[in-house]
This record gives sequence, structure tokens and C-alpha cells, in this order.
Amino acid sequence: MRITTLMTTLLSTVALGSMAAAADLRIGLNEDPDSLDPAQSRTFVSSLVYESLCDRLFNTNIDMEIIPELATDWSWSEDGLTLTINLREGVTHHDGTAFNAETAARVLDRNMNMPTSNRRAELSSIDTAEATGEHELTLTLNGPDVTLLAQLAHHAGRMYSPDAAEAAGDRFGAAPVCTGPYSFAQRVEGDRIVLEKFADYWEADEYHYDRVIYQPIPDTTVRLANVRSGDLDMIERTAPSDVPSIRDDARLQLFEVANIGYQGITINIGNGPRSEGPLGSDARVRQALSLSIDREALNQVVFEGQYVVGNQWAAPGTTWYDESDPVPARDVERARELLAEAGVETPLRIEMQTGNAPVAMQQGQVIQAMAADAGFEITLRATEFATLLSENVQGNFDMSQQGWSGRIDPDANISAFVGSDGANNDQHYRNEEVDALLAQARAEPDPEARKALYDQTRAILKEELPLIYLYHIKYFYTLRDGIDGFEPYADGIIRLRGVSG
Amino acid sequence: MLRYIANRVLIAIPTLLLVSIFVFMLQKLLPGDPILVLAGESRDPETIAFLREQYRLNDPLIMQYLYWLMDVLRGDLGISLRTGLPVTELIAQKLPVTLQLAVMSMIFATLIGIPAGVMSAVRKGTFWDYLANFVALSGLSIPNFWLGIMMILLISVNLGWLPASGYESPWVDPVRSFQTMLMPSIVLGTALAATLMRHTRSSMLGVLQADYVRTARAKGLREKVVIRRHAFRNALLPIVTLSAIMFGELLAGAVLTEQIFTIPGFGKMIVDAVFNRDYAVVQGVVLVTATGFILINLLADVAYVLLNPRMRATI
Repeated sequence: MRITTLMTTLLSTVALGSMAAAADLRIGLNEDPDSLDPAQSRTFVSSLVYESLCDRLFNTNIDMEIIPELATDWSWSEDGLTLTINLREGVTHHDGTAFNAETAARVLDRNMNMPTSNRRAELSSIDTAEATGEHELTLTLNGPDVTLLAQLAHHAGRMYSPDAAEAAGDRFGAAPVCTGPYSFAQRVEGDRIVLEKFADYWEADEYHYDRVIYQPIPDTTVRLANVRSGDLDMIERTAPSDVPSIRDDARLQLFEVANIGYQGITINIGNGPRSEGPLGSDARVRQALSLSIDREALNQVVFEGQYVVGNQWAAPGTTWYDESDPVPARDVERARELLAEAGVETPLRIEMQTGNAPVAMQQGQVIQAMAADAGFEITLRATEFATLLSENVQGNFDMSQQGWSGRIDPDANISAFVGSDGANNDQHYRNEEVDALLAQARAEPDPEARKALYDQTRAILKEELPLIYLYHIKYFYTLRDGIDGFEPYADGIIRLRGVSG
Repeated sequence: MLRYIANRVLIAIPTLLLVSIFVFMLQKLLPGDPILVLAGESRDPETIAFLREQYRLNDPLIMQYLYWLMDVLRGDLGISLRTGLPVTELIAQKLPVTLQLAVMSMIFATLIGIPAGVMSAVRKGTFWDYLANFVALSGLSIPNFWLGIMMILLISVNLGWLPASGYESPWVDPVRSFQTMLMPSIVLGTALAATLMRHTRSSMLGVLQADYVRTARAKGLREKVVIRRHAFRNALLPIVTLSAIMFGELLAGAVLTEQIFTIPGFGKMIVDAVFNRDYAVVQGVVLVTATGFILINLLADVAYVLLNPRMRATI
């Protein structure tokens, strides 16, 4: 009798133990998110936490098409200046207040007007946001803007309790109150962010964990070791070099998806005296540089062939890719001819600014070696991130490694970089024709007509090359065996809907 | 004694001021613009202008420093640019973690380093001496990050004995807290133990040649008593100094070890802060660390007096 009791107790303890473990999902992040105030966030990694914490008006499906989330449907006025959004009923914020058109309008107001908001440029086409019904939100625009839905499917459309935000002021990010499937419980900077299941969530049945714990672990080896040892259930951004060993490990599952952003080189065309050399002033020299690079070899050497080579901001095979401009093969002969046509004396000395991470430097060295064959003598300057940014802004570079995490609306992937007023146009590229095409595309609701406009910019940009696109990264996720229902999305955001085990 | 301590505390004030000025100016010499880092990928120009104003980055350097100093005197160390959290709160979160790691590593280092040093001095030239020297040399030469990753792979991944990384507060779960801190303290402690062992050995060798040790032996005292009461106690003085310096350094955080084991202590915070040009955080951590360093050295000086009666005459 006693032994039976003991056995039962032991078994139930074990069962309870594993139940408790199953109720927590631990996710290892590549870095610690910044402020968790949706008005202020500026990092990609914060989106990963938000996805469980704060619903957005619109989301994206696995094909990166915009779908309603807190919105149920929407309609544009004939002139494209009014957007009417019907909102989901029966949604509550984590503080118990109801979500409706009035709270949504207040959130957008705060995003547009708070001085420390990073959402103002994204929402700059909105004149007013008004509640025109209990669950009807009407946005009046100052000009047609087809990118707005995409903005509302990003940080700018994440909904939170305006009452809580008002009470907390600038400190709202320390304990955000939103509408998502999980509510904020605790944050220890650099260590963990703990979310707890929100019982009143409108789709609570689809979320199977009691708590989700995000742990920033910047070292990729250590992050992977944590999944292997069972201390984490899931990690994002596994290093490409670890991919083969994960495939061979029966205890782990690997998921991969090509990212919507790009990696490349920005060339100083007009930012200060350093743009005046042959590289900055003669497009043929830039074409020669692009032709001297074997993108596939770069991918093989530095990334174990795991990434996707490219030559445009959109990856080959995706919706916005211009098929008439395929990835160029390496052509050293042609590169030399171009340099000769440009009347450049070889070797042409130029400096490339790279990040100081080992992979960034390795990438620089591969490019350096390849370009040398065509007559470029590249010196590498490995620079830490904050310095690299300000060197770029000040024009203290010949060319600089650049990467962009990507947005679902094409405009955000190009205008900021090559538009004359683009916030990220550090190379000071100015071309009125490109500006006009981009402005037209921003107001063009028909996707096919819009794509034709972007293709026209390609025709100019592939000749002038203010930016040389090289490849598109892939996001690799490693999950412990036994987790079901996970699907990787091209925007890199982890969705926990339907994930269990 | 009290007057001695009071004097030392008074001297600490200008020291701290100098340290803070030095760090403030050094940070401003760094290239890179905190607001650009802060503005992130989207770089909204209006937000950039507002933030520059809000963080007083348009003011002359001297004014920026004075503003900071006035806030500090009011007990306000400013706001972290990156997370928007008050620096005092961040420090309150990290200080216990750093202290725990420092104390556990010091305990490990002392328990291994000092007995090994004494033994190798007493048994100079024997197998034990060579073994201790070999272990110490290895401890000094093996890089922390390598040892850390190897331990994670062996102990956590293959054997599954300890958590691979992370941190738990001892108030929440003392057992797990001890488990998570064990590997990092061993990694940090091995290098310290090696240094301690080498110094203990040389200090003991010096003392063992002293006249009073010979006298003690001549009196017919047992070797154990000679070593423990006469030699070891005297040999301890330089070891106390060394330990105090080591402990002070640990308070500044152990960057690599914290990074590998993902321990949210000072080291990781200060490195992140430097990379993000999060000036207020760097200033705050340096101020707290410098205060800790000064305090520990003061304690070490007090310990001298307690250990060595001759010192009492000099103060």
C-alpha cells in the first residue's frame, strides 16, 4: 500500500513537473529588445516580443500579404484620401479597458504626436484619426498613400491601452499594456522578458502556453547550446555555420525562410569630398566593381551557401523582383574594360567600411580579393556599429557595408535609401526621375502598375549603382523536438498562434 | 582608527569626481552619435532633433557634465537612452548579480588558490609543487571564453547537469541561482585562483626564510603551528591586498564570462552601453564601480591593521 502511494506520488510529481515545463515556452533572442513602447521601438527584435504582447490593426499571412487582425475589414474612398477601418468587437486591453475605435484613434494620435515617437514619419500621411462609430475608425489623409496599410501592419499599428500609456508617459515601455494573447509580467534588462497568458484574449484557445519567456543570448554558440541542453525551446537567427550540425541532430528541428530585406554596399556618390573620386563620380567604375564580385562564391565562402544571392532590394523569385535584370555573373574582363573606358588608373585605391563582427570582416576580405582581380585595391576599415553609422551620415566613407531588415511594403525598402530626401540615403544619391517614379508608385493602388514603376527605377539604378545589392539572408530557427505548429515567416517575426508541445 | 577611516572617505570624494570627469570626457571622445543609434533604422529627423534637445546633447560639454553631476547629487543617475529605464533601476537590477558572481568566484579562487599556494611553498620542489604550478599556469593561460564554452558543451549539453546559461535571483530560487552561477564562477575563479596561488607561494617562500620562522622552529614548535601561526599569517598581507584589487575588478563586471553565460551583470551592461553610446549608463556604472573599488580597498587597509599589530602604530 505504502509503496503504491509512494509510486503514485512520485509519478504525479514527475507528471506535474513536466506539465509545468510544458506550460512555459522559452525563446532565445539574438539581442535584447529596446523600449517596449510601440510608439518608441526601433529594433527588429522588439517585433518578436510584440507579436505575443500587442496585436496590430493588420498582420501579414505567410505569403506576406496584408490581412486584418484587430481590423475586420477596411475600405478606401474613391479619391484615396479616406481609409475606413472596421474594428474587431469584444477585444479588451490587458488592464481590462475595452478596445474600440476611440482607443485606437488615441493610440494613433499618440504615435503621431508624442515628441519621442519613432512612428511619426511612418504615419505622416494621416491628417486625422477619428472614431466615427463604436468600432469604426476613419483616417483622413493629406495625400494618397498606398503604403499606409503596411505601416499599420507594423509597429505603428500595434494597439495598446491609451489610458495606461497616458498614466505612464515616457515610461510606458517599461510595463506595456496592450491587447495581445500574452500580457507583460516582468523584464530584467539583458536577461529576460516574461509574458503571461491573457485569459480574456479574443482568440485565447489558439495559444497553448501559460508563459512565454524571451531571453536575449547574443552568442550564437551559447544560444544553440541552450536548445541542445533543453534550457530553451526555440531560438531565432541560428548562425548559418551551425545549420549542418542541427540538421543531423534528431533532438532538434530546423526551420528556414528567406528574409525580405537585403545586404549590400552603399557607395558615396555625393556626400562630401570623399564622393569625388572615380568610384563616386563615374557609374562605370561602380559597374566594374559590381561585375568583379562573384556573389555565389561569397555566399559559399562566408555563409556556407545558405543565403540567397541577389542584385536588387527584392530577392529573386519574389513578387517585386524585376526579372529583366537577373543576378549578374562575375565578369572580370568586362570590369577591366569598364575601368579602362572610365580612364581610371589601376590599381584604383578605395576604402570599404565594414562592421567589426567576424562575419562582416570575412565578407569584406572576400570582396577585397575578388575586386583585386579587376584592378581595385580595397583597404578594409572594420568599424564598430555606432561609429559606422555616424561615419556614413557624415560622408566619411568611399563605400560601406549596408543591410536592411526589410518591410512588407516595397516603398520602405527603397525610398529611404535612394530617394533624394530618404532618411537612410547616406550616399546622397539624387535623381529627380527616380524621385518622381517613387512618388508615383507610392500613390498607385494597382499592384501591377506599381510594380511597373519600380521596374522603371531598376532600369536607372542598375546603371547608376548607388547601392550594390549582394545577397539576402535567411532566418534560421532551431526548435527542440516535440514543438508542433511552428511556421517561419519572411519578416522574421515568430507567431505563436497554434504552436504547442 | 575612526579618524583614519574618515580621512580615507574624504579623499574618496575628489577621486570619484576625477573618475567621473575622466569617463565623461573619454566617452565624448568616442566617435559615433548616440542619437543615430537611438533613432534606429527609420531615423525620423524630427525625433532625432527632439532627442538631441531632450538629452541636452546640443549644450556645451561642461554644461552637460554639470547637469549630470547635479542630478547625481540628487540621487538621479539619468535615463538609459536605449531602454528608457532609469539608470538607478538598472544598477539596482545588476548590482546583486555582479556581487553574487564576484563573491562566488572569489570564494572559489580563495579555496583553491591559497591552500595550493601554501602547499606548494611548504613542499617546494616536490611533485605537489609541480602539480600546483602546472594547474596554476593552465588556469592563467586558458582563455575564459574558451573554457566557458567548453564547460557549457560538456556539462550542460552532454551531461545535462547544470543550466547552460542564464540567471536566477537567490531570493526567488536559491538552488537554481547557485546552479546557474556555478560554472561562471568556476570559469572566472580559475584564473583568479591561479594568480592567488602564485602570489601565496612566493609570499610564503619569502616568509619561510625569515628569522622568526627559524626561531619558531628552534623553539621546537610543531611544523603545522609554525606554518599556520607564524608563516601564513605574515604571508597573508600581500594576499589581502591582491584579493581586494581582484574583488574590486570583479565589481566592474566580467565582460566575457557574463556574455558567454548570459548573466545580466555590470560587465555586459557596460559593454552594451558603450556600443550604444548610452552615456548615462556608462557614467552610472563607472561611478558605482569606482565607489565599490574604493570601499573595498579601504576594507583591505582595515584588515591589514587587524592582521598586523605593527601597522596600528603607523596610523
